[in-house]
Amino acid sequence: MAKLHVTTTINGEPTEFLCDPSQSMLDVLRNTLGLTGSKEGCGTGDCGSCSITLDGRLTCSCLVLAAEVGGREITTIEGMAQGDELHPLQQKFLEMAALQCGICTPGVLMAARALLEKNPDPTETEVRFWLAGNLCRCTGYDKIVRAVLETAAEMRSAA
Amino acid sequence: MTDIRYLAPPTLDEAVRAFAAAQGAARILAGGTDLLVQMRNGMARPGTIIDIKKIPEMTSISEAADGSFWVGAAVSGAVLAEHPRFGTVWPGVLEAINLIGSTQVQGRASAGGNLCHGSPAADSVPAMVAAGAVLTIAGPNGRRTLPVEAFPAGPGRTNLAAGEILVGFTLPARPAGSGDAYLRMIPRTEMDIAVVGVGVSLTMAGGVVTAARVGLGAAAPTVLLVADAAKALVGSKLDDAAINAAAAACSAACKPIDDKRGTIVYRTKVAAVLLKRAAAIAADRAQGRA
Repeated sequence: MAKLHVTTTINGEPTEFLCDPSQSMLDVLRNTLGLTGSKEGCGTGDCGSCSITLDGRLTCSCLVLAAEVGGREITTIEGMAQGDELHPLQQKFLEMAALQCGICTPGVLMAARALLEKNPDPTETEVRFWLAGNLCRCTGYDKIVRAVLETAAEMRSAA
Repeated sequence: MTDIRYLAPPTLDEAVRAFAAAQGAARILAGGTDLLVQMRNGMARPGTIIDIKKIPEMTSISEAADGSFWVGAAVSGAVLAEHPRFGTVWPGVLEAINLIGSTQVQGRASAGGNLCHGSPAADSVPAMVAAGAVLTIAGPNGRRTLPVEAFPAGPGRTNLAAGEILVGFTLPARPAGSGDAYLRMIPRTEMDIAVVGVGVSLTMAGGVVTAARVGLGAAAPTVLLVADAAKALVGSKLDDAAINAAAAACSAACKPIDDKRGTIVYRTKVAAVLLKRAAAIAADRAQGRA
């Protein structure tokens, strides 16, 4: 089968890869590019653990064909920390133990960051609705929601 | 695995030619939130995938001088929500589209895909029916238009002819004093499929309904236009008698299935309840109270 050659930008780095026309972006991230931070939970867009942004828009990478991303900007969880410096959300999730097994965490963090970029002062209800597409079977969500709200408050006072 | 081709034509003409040339072996890709799932579980095995998101007409939203709106078939829910005007003119259509899936799904999923998927429970469709949306369809024989309620043919089936592609929606100019609303019943608060969905669009003058349309979802093999419900509302001040008659018309239109999400009896009853509630919201919006 003819492979497609795709040139894109991932976490600010120009990136090239070969893919099959039907391959998902998640598959390419994990198995071609070695970016295994994005997790595959369901593969059908229900769990959110593969969340990335595509041209700034939050989406499930399992529902994007790798063939579609030519010339576009992708960010993944690997681009969230700046070197050794964690993003405030990452730091707060550690401090407040807003994770247990960790499988959903990359997707939750990507989704939470997209929320705070759009709305720096969300209500608890807004956080819960925004994160409704990120399933977590460990925490019961409360710690996640509180960590997002706490981070938002700190980022506002630091701004 | 068979050879799959991925095409992303920059024009509608090229998309139509490629789609026709594939003779039924191609699938259209908009947001992919249904197609990629179907490909994964083996329900879809397209020989060619035609990505329509490089076609400006299919990804654009525009408001014409006469007040009508064009919404391209591939416009995502998130993009539509960010349009400065659309949600103020058509709040019911927007809330229906924004109910589809999660934040992540909203970033990709389109009203066009929701309609073409053919689900009787598709949230955007009853609201589009209430709005009186007219579809533009392109195929090997040129373009045609079709009222949205004439598009679904049954669960998973549409009235697109071979080689035809849905291009987008035209929502008619909105007279002063108009408002719309969409409500669905789900047992959860989010991330679920409608047990029943009702869209209502009203135009009012001096407290009297001068025009009405009602769309009903998840209550029959296709989304329905409930003309009798609209008829019961027009000319009324939305008094109890008119509302009850419209609600009864909604229930009468139901031909639902029994399944794990709702029984025939339940769906039939809830259709009436949702008509009353959605009409109240649409009336508030029409009269500038919400």
